[in-house]
Amino acid sequence: MTPWNFMVTHRSEIWSATLDHVALVLIAMSIAIVIAVPLGMFIVQRPALRTFSLGLASVFQTIPSLALFGFLIPIPFIGGIGPRTAIVALVLYALLPILRNTYVGLSGIDPAVLEAAEAMGMTDTQILTRVRLPLALGIILAGIRTATVITIGVATIAAAIGAGGLGTFIFRGVAMVSDAVILAGAIPAALLAILADVLLALVERRLRIP
Amino acid sequence: MHYDMPPMRPVNRTPGNEAPISSAIDDPIIEFQQVTYSVKGRTAPLISQLSLAVNSRETLVLLGRSGSGKTTLLRLINRMLVPSSGEVVVEGKSTVNWDAIRLRRHIGYVIQEAGLFPHFTVAENVGLVPKLEKWDPARIEKRTDELLKIVGLDPKEFASRRPAQLSGGQRQRVGVARALGADPSILLMDEPFGALDPVTRSELQREFSALAQRLGKTIVFVTHDLREALLLASRIVLLQNGRIVASAEPQEFLRIDHPEVKAFSATLHGVPGAPA
Repeated sequence: MTPWNFMVTHRSEIWSATLDHVALVLIAMSIAIVIAVPLGMFIVQRPALRTFSLGLASVFQTIPSLALFGFLIPIPFIGGIGPRTAIVALVLYALLPILRNTYVGLSGIDPAVLEAAEAMGMTDTQILTRVRLPLALGIILAGIRTATVITIGVATIAAAIGAGGLGTFIFRGVAMVSDAVILAGAIPAALLAILADVLLALVERRLRIP
Repeated sequence: MHYDMPPMRPVNRTPGNEAPISSAIDDPIIEFQQVTYSVKGRTAPLISQLSLAVNSRETLVLLGRSGSGKTTLLRLINRMLVPSSGEVVVEGKSTVNWDAIRLRRHIGYVIQEAGLFPHFTVAENVGLVPKLEKWDPARIEKRTDELLKIVGLDPKEFASRRPAQLSGGQRQRVGVARALGADPSILLMDEPFGALDPVTRSELQREFSALAQRLGKTIVFVTHDLREALLLASRIVLLQNGRIVASAEPQEFLRIDHPEVKAFSATLHGVPGAPA
């Protein structure tokens, strides 16, 4: 069976796996953003905590993804078989690029601009929301974009612990030694990654300061 | 570089006020009372036991080398820093008793490189303090246009530009306009023309000198350039290691017999072939 034939005959199955995949990525990315952006804002003024949290986030990235999924299974509450465990692992992977870019974006602002903001009588909150965040937004978004593309790829491995998604086809294809089945998972996953990258690049370009 | 040599410069100040009566007549709008400012881990304080009164509507230039404490002094006025001991009194009230935000919106501040907000247009930069003070938009727009004209920029051409689309001199003009936003009575300027090329700098200095006289603001101006001090000041205060070593009107300044004054006056000469 050619890959094309397989994809046509299994299109509804592939479509629902794609939706599962997107759901995994969206949930994981939302959680990662909600954790990493405020944390990044918090560590700008705190060097000790910065070293620790950036270090910890880097450690997660060094763990091979299949191993990380494996490690999480026996952990109570967050572990087990299924999407929940997969989301935890994906969040851990996505943290570093977002956290690092948030920190870099916020700390890389021209000190003269911040001095002026303070001297103009802006409150700390106003400096954060009207100066720091808008100026760092482009770089934060670049981090989110990197994290999203990584997450789409890593999420294929989540199928190994029963989380569903496009990885299901890849693992099935490997077991069946069938390129057609592997491609039925790999091609949509690659297309998703490209699509996410292009869309986020557009958003990023619109928000970047000239 | 060629402009009027400072000692001969005509000044439109009344002759005869050389006598130290001026401070008795004018009432000080800013007063440093025995101010010391030190930071942890440094043995010598940045400012030690300094007393100084700035009179209403004068242009006081703080002159000194890098590290002499000029910028520190400026930052003590708008409570970006708080004295370790002593008091800085602004308009009759110690800065520690002022609400820092109120005080700062009440005082204009211009820094080197202007520090304009790159994500705001020129108009948004200039209208920032009025906006923080919740003026209505029509009034902000009127004020912004007026200020741009004051600093010599056509509002039609410049209001909607971004700082990145301006030259260094234009940015600094916008910086001055922004500082004047909510019509503060005090203007603090920290080497505002320091990063400009000599020709633009000289242009801006002359224009600003005229503007300062027209506006009638109290200006505290920090520089390490004696020429600039002589051109702009109604009084020059020379700082060294956080202490005042000389204080005089420009005409008198160069006659003061102090090694640091001599060191600074030496910078006026020493260009081979220049008129001395």
